[in-house]
Amino acid sequence: MSDTSFDARELARRWRPPPLIESPRLRWVLGLGAALYFAVAIGTLEVNWLRIYEGLDRGWAFVIAFTEPDFSERWNDIRDGVIESLVMTVTSTVIGIAISIPIGLGAARNIAPLPVYLLCRGIIAISRSLQEIIIAIFFVAIFGFGPLAGVLTLSFATIGFLSKLLAEDIEDIDKGQAEAVRATGARWWQFMNYGIQPQVMPRLIGLSLYRLDINFRESAVVGLVGAGGIGATLNTAFDRYEFDTAAAIIITIIGIVMIAEYSSGLIRARVQ
Amino acid sequence: MPSLERAGTKVWQRRTSKQQFAIWFGWLIGAALFLYCWKFVSDATTWFFVWDAPRIAGDIGGRMIPPRWAYIDKLWVPLWDTLNIATLGTALAIVMAVPVAFLAARNTTPSTTLIRPVALLIIVSSRSINSLIWALLLVSIIGPGVLAGTIAIGLRSIGFMAKLLYEAIEEIDTTQVEAISATGASRWQVMAYGIAPQIAPAFAGITVFRWDINIRESTVLGLVGAGGIGLQLQASLNVLAWPQVTLILITILIAVLFSEWVSAKVRHAII
Repeated sequence: MSDTSFDARELARRWRPPPLIESPRLRWVLGLGAALYFAVAIGTLEVNWLRIYEGLDRGWAFVIAFTEPDFSERWNDIRDGVIESLVMTVTSTVIGIAISIPIGLGAARNIAPLPVYLLCRGIIAISRSLQEIIIAIFFVAIFGFGPLAGVLTLSFATIGFLSKLLAEDIEDIDKGQAEAVRATGARWWQFMNYGIQPQVMPRLIGLSLYRLDINFRESAVVGLVGAGGIGATLNTAFDRYEFDTAAAIIITIIGIVMIAEYSSGLIRARVQ
Repeated sequence: MPSLERAGTKVWQRRTSKQQFAIWFGWLIGAALFLYCWKFVSDATTWFFVWDAPRIAGDIGGRMIPPRWAYIDKLWVPLWDTLNIATLGTALAIVMAVPVAFLAARNTTPSTTLIRPVALLIIVSSRSINSLIWALLLVSIIGPGVLAGTIAIGLRSIGFMAKLLYEAIEEIDTTQVEAISATGASRWQVMAYGIAPQIAPAFAGITVFRWDINIRESTVLGLVGAGGIGLQLQASLNVLAWPQVTLILITILIAVLFSEWVSAKVRHAII
């Protein structure tokens, strides 16, 4: 063997996977910065160990409660809450879709004039940046306690979600088909109905089903501030430390979400 | 091609009359369900308050402006707490979501009959329960404060991150994995050199995306006592200090826009 030969073993041993960030300086700065931040952040957590120690029993009681949830004691409350949540979900999704479609059409740059586009995009931005719970607080203050405030909250939140995705889908459509319909001399309404709608319908159905799912989950939350639904029952259960009832409610929510997710998956697979 | 005889000429129809009828019937059922649900909501509503709503909305709106700018001094610490809840919660979620994702992915799980369903159940449970409900639960267990919020965000994020991550793992290029295992690599070495590099970009993207959502969610956790700027919101709402509420909402809005901007920038740099 001459001097020019190389030791494959030695090379393999020296090989290191390439780093995620190439510049070593940036890597060190980012690493140190992250370490420093985490140190400071964890330092400001203000953990009350005594309170946590006291809470461990309660935490354990909650874990135990999950193994034996109590559906029977507050069955009427749970049933009423779930029915109210489901009703709110259906109503708000229908109202939300009905409002979202025109706004979604207006927010698609390829079929809407600029002023309409800006207005619709503005509505979407407002709806998306405000949390459901904050809107719920305001609607409860304005419309009073009860499911109507919840329905309006969820409808409003649906607009931001559905219109945005619908508008993006319309902007991505195949222009050829739309132009072909327009070339036949179709009026605006016919253009929408035969040029645009068939192309976005499968996705619109899929998104609506997904939103139905989200609205049910959110309906469990708006109840915390008095806007109806299962959330109020859950809040009461926690306030009374009735962990077995709370566990029953949470299991119910998870179960319904699972059923909804599974069946919406089936429907989406059929239409898409 | 479905068609209809009308006055001796064939008229094109989009659907057969049977399909048409089925669709019409579907709409009828849907409309009936909606009307029933609407009646339920309507019966549970005090309409007197609703008719009074425009006046109340105007009243609240009038009280909300101008915002009380001086109050911003009291918001810096809660904002810092909110940032910490979101960031530490995301970090906590990563620690828990990565193993769950590997256990849930069909190609890496040790057992599809036993362990995969458990991992999927963890994902569904975490995703079904909103972070506010997690926070409510944790506040009643470990007391109010930033820690409860952090853990709530962490628990809520597991499902989201693990779901997206296990989908990324299932979509990896198997030839690379085979190449690594052909060298005689152990199970862990295959993961480290065959799978991890392939999912690293997806992982970074998911993390930043979830961090952005977590900033949004941690702004309201204080409403149930789990720390952050939501505590200030709750306190201001309780004493009907509407000018302060306006300022807090503006602050939240800016924080949300900022986090969205950061996450868009970082994702753009990664992908």
